Amino acid sequence: MLDAFGQPQSVVVLGGTSDLAGAIVQALVRRRCRTVVLAGRDDQRLAASASAASAAGAEHVSTVRFDALDVAGAAATVDDAFDAAGAADLVLLAVGVLSHERDELDPARTAEVVTATYSWPATALTRAAARLRAQGYGRIVVLSSVAAVRVRRQNFVYASAKAGLDAFSLGLSEALRGTGVAVQIVRPGRVPTKMTEGLPSAPMSSTPEAVADAVMAGLESGAPVIWVPGAARWAMGLARLVPQALWRRIPG
Amino acid sequence: MPDASLAPAQRLLAGWGRTDATRALVWTPRRDDEVAELLAGLESPAVIPRGLGRSYGDAAQSAGGTIVDTTLLDHVGEVDANGEVEVGAGTSLDTLVRRMLPQGWFLPVTPGTRQVTVGGAIAADVHGKNHHADGSFARHVTAMTVATPTGVHRVTPTRDPDLFWATAGGMGLTGIVTSARIRMLAISTDRMLVDTDRFADLDAVMTAMEEGDARYRYSVAWVDCSGTARRTRPGGELGPRAGRAVLTRGDHASLEHLRSPELRRAAVTAARVPRPHLRVPRHVPGGLLNRLSIAAFNEAWFRRAPAHREQELQSMWKFFYPLDGVAEWNRLYGPLGFLQYQFAVPPARGDVVHTAIQTLSSHRVPAFLAVLKRFGPSSPGPLSFPIPGWTLALDVPIGPGGVGRCLDRLDEVVAEAGGRVYLAKDSRLRPDVVPIMYPRLEALRAVRLRVDPHGILRSDLARRLDLC
Repeated sequence: MLDAFGQPQSVVVLGGTSDLAGAIVQALVRRRCRTVVLAGRDDQRLAASASAASAAGAEHVSTVRFDALDVAGAAATVDDAFDAAGAADLVLLAVGVLSHERDELDPARTAEVVTATYSWPATALTRAAARLRAQGYGRIVVLSSVAAVRVRRQNFVYASAKAGLDAFSLGLSEALRGTGVAVQIVRPGRVPTKMTEGLPSAPMSSTPEAVADAVMAGLESGAPVIWVPGAARWAMGLARLVPQALWRRIPG
Repeated sequence: MPDASLAPAQRLLAGWGRTDATRALVWTPRRDDEVAELLAGLESPAVIPRGLGRSYGDAAQSAGGTIVDTTLLDHVGEVDANGEVEVGAGTSLDTLVRRMLPQGWFLPVTPGTRQVTVGGAIAADVHGKNHHADGSFARHVTAMTVATPTGVHRVTPTRDPDLFWATAGGMGLTGIVTSARIRMLAISTDRMLVDTDRFADLDAVMTAMEEGDARYRYSVAWVDCSGTARRTRPGGELGPRAGRAVLTRGDHASLEHLRSPELRRAAVTAARVPRPHLRVPRHVPGGLLNRLSIAAFNEAWFRRAPAHREQELQSMWKFFYPLDGVAEWNRLYGPLGFLQYQFAVPPARGDVVHTAIQTLSSHRVPAFLAVLKRFGPSSPGPLSFPIPGWTLALDVPIGPGGVGRCLDRLDEVVAEAGGRVYLAKDSRLRPDVVPIMYPRLEALRAVRLRVDPHGILRSDLARRLDLC
């Protein structure tokens, strides 16, 4: 169950091998979380993430394999993860594939990025929301990105898919009002992780630990949107207003 | 005439602290036998009774399960010559007082609000300012009817004492009390004779309580926790304000204590039970109760109290129920809600009271006045909260900033001292400290195996703390 500070005792992580998810799971286990179900694509990395969760003190850790390009299998993946958890106090969604400029001319690659970053997550969230409604309580934390707020040229395929997921999550949050289930959206700046290897450093960057700290504080405050760093809220508020001609000249 | 509002309905329920609301099917029986029927034929995996929802945390909710709202089981019988009266479990203490007072009877034990049901008072085995003298609520219950999944039991302290005492403080996990027989207290006026003393620090008030409480039926101290551990004092020493206290002690006034013009108005036969005259609006922004506003309130409260005053006649409503004048006061804490941290420690561990106030004030937790009192002997209930010694209770607003971790550390101090945290107020304990705080938890589980072998009596509290 969730406690008065929004701290879960069990978590289902969709995208459980990502660096951000790993840092958040560590922080959750240090507080109240005992049951961790990690869903991911790569067996080896799942095993590594699972042993990290156990080492942090989680009592029950299990893993579920899925492929984020298999949208038809998303609901079944969520069901498997919930069944492994017993009940999920928190569903953490950290699924997505970053795009690069070289991907723009490749329709197949665009389809992959959009499927893994928007279609699979939206499908999975729909199923997770239904499971949580049946439980009568629960939280969903969706990892979005500041890139979703104003799309940049460099990674617009990925950013547009994140923008879709961000909007989907806001809508889901409204749809779930009064059900006992709440949705919180995390919008981190660029976090240097496996996903961003080889990219130049960006303004408003953050670290997995900073994102984890912000998520922990967000669980306590119940904030509908969690910005990391906190100043990104104001910076991106301005960014929305900047004319496109100026926006494309801002480095980063 | 069928009433649509009584049909089972899905509702989002939270405790008085307004944290962790969960959804469940709420079912409102009108007769005792309907409760037994429901328990026998229940399809939902979990069921728990709920009265007026005054538990601070998640004790009277069961996510995805069924809630038995007892508030229509509110019959009040005729009081006999011994002051014993049979009442429905959904009867509020407010209703009971209104019915009994004109006949010269008052509650033998009352918590700080009349807005709790008799069933809830038994399930939490509530205490009042007279615990050191009269024990907890269940000590004044002579019999009760408990509906369980395996049948209805009429139990007393001698007939099936295991079920009786497991139910007293059992948080609804041993069955649904539908009716109880209570031994009331005879009083003759609605006034109290009160002695008030103000103390500059915690040691002074604790010494006064140790030495003098035995002379009074009722005793309680309000301690100011808002003083900060000033930065100029390394080591987190208490600031000058933290720990100052106002001690009020007294007993019911009898007719001879009153002067003649007061007699007619104050005699219980003419007593009028007040109703709330203020109501907090539905939407209150967060942050209204912050360190500044709370410190100002505490300052005013402390200054209002006399340094020393004896035998003052006070209204019993002001004495027992200072907060019942404001309806829905829990909304003042804003949308994030609040919790009440209440623990009890053995008589020799008064140092934990110091540690708690010091820890909370050095964490800059905006805490209202804390309530300090001494407990007398425990009741036999395995989950009944009071143990002989000290108890401290304080409200804490929910918010980020490490309050949760601060309370986690206090739990360890309390458990290590042989103390415990009050489950009726809890919304955040770690499950692993509960068997240390309540070493007789197994006795409750044994009774459950007998009366609820499939374990359908289950609340969010029980799930969160692995109680069963």
